[in-house]
Amino acid sequence: MAFNYDKYLRLEKMPTLWCWGCGDGVILKAFVRAIAKMDIKQDDVCVVSGIGCSGRFSSYVDFNTVHTTHGRTVAYATGIKLARPDKLVICVAGDGDALAIGGNHTIHGCRRNIDLTMIIINNFIYGLTNSQTSPTTPKGMWTVSQKAGNIDPTFNTCNLAIAAGASFVARETMLEPKKLEKVLIKAMKHKGFSMMEVLSNCHINLGRKNKMLSAMANLEWIDSITVSKKKYDAMSEEEQLNLLPLGVLKEDTEADEYCDMYAEIQKVHQGQRAKITQDDFAKKI
Amino acid sequence: MATREVISTGNELAAIAAVDAGCKFFGGYPLTPSSEVMHVISDLLPKIGGTAIQMEDEIAGICCVIGAAMAGDRALTATSGPGVSLKAENLGLAQMAEVPLVLINVMRGGPSTGLPTRVSQGDVLQAKNPSHGDYKSITLCAGSLAECYTETVRAFNLADRFMQPVIVLLDETIGHMHGKAVIPTAQAVEAGIVPRKSFDGPAEEYFPYECEADEPAVLNQMFTGYRYHFTGLHHDKNGFPTEEIETCRKLIQRLEDKVAMHEDELESYEEFMMDDADVMLVAYGSVSLAAKETIRNLRAEGIKAGLFRPITLWPSPAKKMKEYTDKIKNVLVVELNIGQYHSEVQRATARLDIDGLFKVNGRAISPNEIAAKVKELY
Repeated sequence: MAFNYDKYLRLEKMPTLWCWGCGDGVILKAFVRAIAKMDIKQDDVCVVSGIGCSGRFSSYVDFNTVHTTHGRTVAYATGIKLARPDKLVICVAGDGDALAIGGNHTIHGCRRNIDLTMIIINNFIYGLTNSQTSPTTPKGMWTVSQKAGNIDPTFNTCNLAIAAGASFVARETMLEPKKLEKVLIKAMKHKGFSMMEVLSNCHINLGRKNKMLSAMANLEWIDSITVSKKKYDAMSEEEQLNLLPLGVLKEDTEADEYCDMYAEIQKVHQGQRAKITQDDFAKKI
Repeated sequence: MATREVISTGNELAAIAAVDAGCKFFGGYPLTPSSEVMHVISDLLPKIGGTAIQMEDEIAGICCVIGAAMAGDRALTATSGPGVSLKAENLGLAQMAEVPLVLINVMRGGPSTGLPTRVSQGDVLQAKNPSHGDYKSITLCAGSLAECYTETVRAFNLADRFMQPVIVLLDETIGHMHGKAVIPTAQAVEAGIVPRKSFDGPAEEYFPYECEADEPAVLNQMFTGYRYHFTGLHHDKNGFPTEEIETCRKLIQRLEDKVAMHEDELESYEEFMMDDADVMLVAYGSVSLAAKETIRNLRAEGIKAGLFRPITLWPSPAKKMKEYTDKIKNVLVVELNIGQYHSEVQRATARLDIDGLFKVNGRAISPNEIAAKVKELY
């Protein structure tokens, strides 16, 4: 029997404001299926989104939902999670939201390794506001703010998250929604900061002036720049140059999670344990 | 009300007050001269199972506080003017989504980095309109060590009553002042806590933003079976974005009216030797301490001066000020800025001949300076 999404969607909010052929809907469906398989009550889930096309994600799913200011999903979610550590808190942000205006919160969420799952829907452009350069827009592409061609170097979202200390880092595309669903479950079940980058299309605002006028053309391009981690790892640096690896890129189940560590702080103040010292940590610096 | 005597600082008393008032969450970023609030509360909150977190920047400081408040906790942040500037956009979201929280601003010299370790009252107008758009701020101002405690407690109760941020203004002088204060006992404060309203009917009959035209939203704690939506966009009765003309108009009008129609619940001021006064000083915060000494000295010389001290700065005690200025000709506003509240006194009293004594060099105003100005003018 086909999966019934109705229970998890706010059907009265349909249709979405996303363009025809947009990948956001595919990602939303994969997310809903992932949650459904996790055996968790809708009341115990909070979805926090930012500003941009991805910002509307939270209003379409029937959980506790927060549509924040631009870039601040992780900061809001940190407060929600610390106030209710036993709940599942998920951030949904776009590439501009998470990596430009919200870059600071993103890296510090990774550093703290607080138990949040951050889904970054990377469509390589500011879509909602009509084609401005984002931190992931490939060099040389046309954007409305760089009509002569983008000269800004790009962020590699997953490398950034790994370097900043996230304990679970994965990249998938909306081209393989079943696989995306599986990795999303892993990300949400992982205790610690989970960075889930999902590459998606914006044929309307990325594609229109970059020879990817249809969703299919845009997706073929995404397919052409991605390769499985296994294949990627076997490649030379030269071959890797313009490719992004897909799959789980980091999974560290040993790293200290922030809410757990804060519980230790509470114990110190409640006289249940000695003060935390350098000796408590294998890696101190 | 049962009281206790403590020796403390303004910043420390504000932190203790927050915890006594039921605050469970603090988020912030170090900023002179407010940092001691964080230093103190980061020891107090974990003791009672609460959380205090130093975030990566001022913006994250307010955002996590809003998040914890959305979850349902009483939550606090503390900062100074530069921090409020950075927090402004998200204070706007808290106004729009009607999320209660308390922000303590220990004022220092501005604009910009200004005079980080020196006193000022330069953030009075900022407190009125920190963020863009239309809404009505609530701002309280402590005029003594004891009020650093009592006004912080009041701020938490007002935040939950009006479902919006409440700003408590301290200044560097009062924040760092160290001395004796008589404050209510923690038990007395706890007994006076009025938590935010909640809806306990069936979830399908719950509309958080459907309320009387002059009443705040009723926001249930998150994760309690009432799933709704927070947004900074104009929104409908369920909190979902809308551009429907009447809904948008009613929403913004309600944000104004929920405060404007209930100013009597907010009004707070002190009248000091005003009964027979023919010179009226208007001062608030630490300046009011110098003003009181001035008045005692002037009265010893036969000049009948009195002090009107607004405690709730926004909305201002306009009616009461007008009542006095209709009777008293000589009115002098004394403040550590170039007339930020002076303009409000002019507006509230419809008098352009209100005098001002302003100081903006990071130093306190002495009783002698105020007395000299009174003698020069009147």
